[in-house]
Amino acid sequence: MNGTDMRNEKELKKVYSRTSTFRKDMVAGFCPGCMHGTVFKLIGEVLEELGVVDRTACVFGVGCCGLAMEYITYDNTTSPHGRACAVATGIKRTNENMLVYTYQGDGDLAAIGLAETMSAANRGENFTVIFVNNGIYGMTGGQMAPTTLVGMKASTAPGGRDPKEHGYPMHMCEILNQLTAPYYLERCSCNTPQNVIKTRNAIRKAFQNQLDGKGFSMVEIVTTCPTNWGMSELDALEFLEDKMFAEFPLGVVRDRSAEKPDDQAEKSDDREVE
Amino acid sequence: MSEKRVFMKGCEAIAEAAVRSGCRFFAGYPITPQNEIPEYFARRLPEVGGHFVQGESELASVNMVYGAASTGTRAMTSSSSCGISLKSEGVSFCASARIPMVYCNISRGGPGIGSIQPSQQDYAQATRASGNGGFRMMVFAPGDVQEAVDMTYAAFDYAQRDRNPVLILGDGVLGTIMEPVVLPPMRSEEEVRRLKDELRDWALVGHDPKKEERAFILPGGWSTKRQEQTCINNAALYDSWVKDVQVETIGLEDAEVVVTGYGISGRIARSAVNKLRAEGARVGYIRPKTVSPFPYETFEKLDYSRVKAILDVEMSIPALMKLDVELAVKDRTRIETCLHAGGEIMSSREVEAAIRALLQGGRTE
Repeated sequence: MNGTDMRNEKELKKVYSRTSTFRKDMVAGFCPGCMHGTVFKLIGEVLEELGVVDRTACVFGVGCCGLAMEYITYDNTTSPHGRACAVATGIKRTNENMLVYTYQGDGDLAAIGLAETMSAANRGENFTVIFVNNGIYGMTGGQMAPTTLVGMKASTAPGGRDPKEHGYPMHMCEILNQLTAPYYLERCSCNTPQNVIKTRNAIRKAFQNQLDGKGFSMVEIVTTCPTNWGMSELDALEFLEDKMFAEFPLGVVRDRSAEKPDDQAEKSDDREVE
Repeated sequence: MSEKRVFMKGCEAIAEAAVRSGCRFFAGYPITPQNEIPEYFARRLPEVGGHFVQGESELASVNMVYGAASTGTRAMTSSSSCGISLKSEGVSFCASARIPMVYCNISRGGPGIGSIQPSQQDYAQATRASGNGGFRMMVFAPGDVQEAVDMTYAAFDYAQRDRNPVLILGDGVLGTIMEPVVLPPMRSEEEVRRLKDELRDWALVGHDPKKEERAFILPGGWSTKRQEQTCINNAALYDSWVKDVQVETIGLEDAEVVVTGYGISGRIARSAVNKLRAEGARVGYIRPKTVSPFPYETFEKLDYSRVKAILDVEMSIPALMKLDVELAVKDRTRIETCLHAGGEIMSSREVEAAIRALLQGGRTE
């Protein structure tokens, strides 16, 4: 390194660093090409931006997402499979100042936890759901999920998902959109820098809604699972863009973020009556 | 006595005792014969700044309690028999993560959907396997509404002391009967806050990672060594409960026949024992008030050169507490039974007849 380089380095400004919400002495352990690491990074950055790391609790579902439990630096627990929205209900109701989010995969949220997800959304619970949809059970080794695409092979659907036998993929944002209470439902991905930024903004909006007392928000993130899809990382990205996005189109499904919280809206209605 | 007695239904008295002990969160799902517990909480908790949620299922309800109790809030759920089976998932997770919570089984006939009438068919589940993973809990078996109140009030303190679930094992009689009770004092809001703050370091209440350790409430994880250590720590806790045994006894000093039963059948049996002792019969009585820990020591101290037989009285077929009595008696005398099941409630006359048969050297059937 010569003198010129040394001078330039001093003039460099630090514009990006690893989120403090990850432990420095650990690695995540996710498979190559997996997007969980990116999503946790985005969550951590948003929590830091909002200045709420010291009052956040994460409720992990069961599955690959749990690999993050060791290395995030803030409060967390792991719920029984599918029950994250019930556990989050108990935490948030008894600690309204906390920022509470669940982090769940498709099997957890849409199969075993369908009742808990629907009911928490229907009650308009004031917490945030981060739903990572890769169309397959990851941790257990590639079984068919409620979001597995028609024709897509899984270890428990070796001939591929057959609608006659297995039905069709479930669209959770659209299903929750049938309910009155939810405030914000958006489907994102992390396949391009642009989509990573969109996902980050969606997480920020969902968390801000919660801090503003508005109620239930869910950010669905459609991701890859190269390991269980049986593809290279690049092929998996291509499959994501061609096939997964065709079934699960990205975009805002509902956004009442600009509205007042329901309880305040009712109060203003009362005033009008008076 | 200057304390005010009030006339209350068992379920409602249990709920009021919980609130007075500092319970500020309840989630439950309807099932007979315990519906008055969630109904009472739904009205009562908002009055004290607490939260009631009617869950979409027993699974959801117990996991809401898992969440609420994870913040150090005193939290409770209740159900009956087949509903308790569903709660076993969340209870096991609470036992693994060492979360303090209280739940109540107003038990009914079984197995399966069984019958909605009173029964004691859940003893083995309550004391041995309330979920997967070989955990244990303190299990209180109240015999009347006053005991249900006192035990529920204390249950939250035991749960917090051990950071472990505690079960109140009642039955349909206890839940629906009305009796006069003296309610324990209402804990002040400052006291309830202090109790929650005691758990602050451990609880999911937010911690600044730059200054302090995060709360990490773990029902199991990736490390086999850590999970083994969890099991070792838990087993040590379970062993420590020998000091917490509660038992009621009558006439063991001269008894030739010892009658034993818990909860409502223990209470029915006591009527028969008292009647026969008044006649001069040498009948003794052991009623476990904690069925976990079980009062093995009380059975150990019996004079087996004199005790001709033990009469196990239960509303369960097959007899389930009898398994613990067998462990305690170790074949030193014979164990006979007086049983009902399916929602049939025994009479004190039946118990009396069984005792008379044993006193005369016969068998119960």
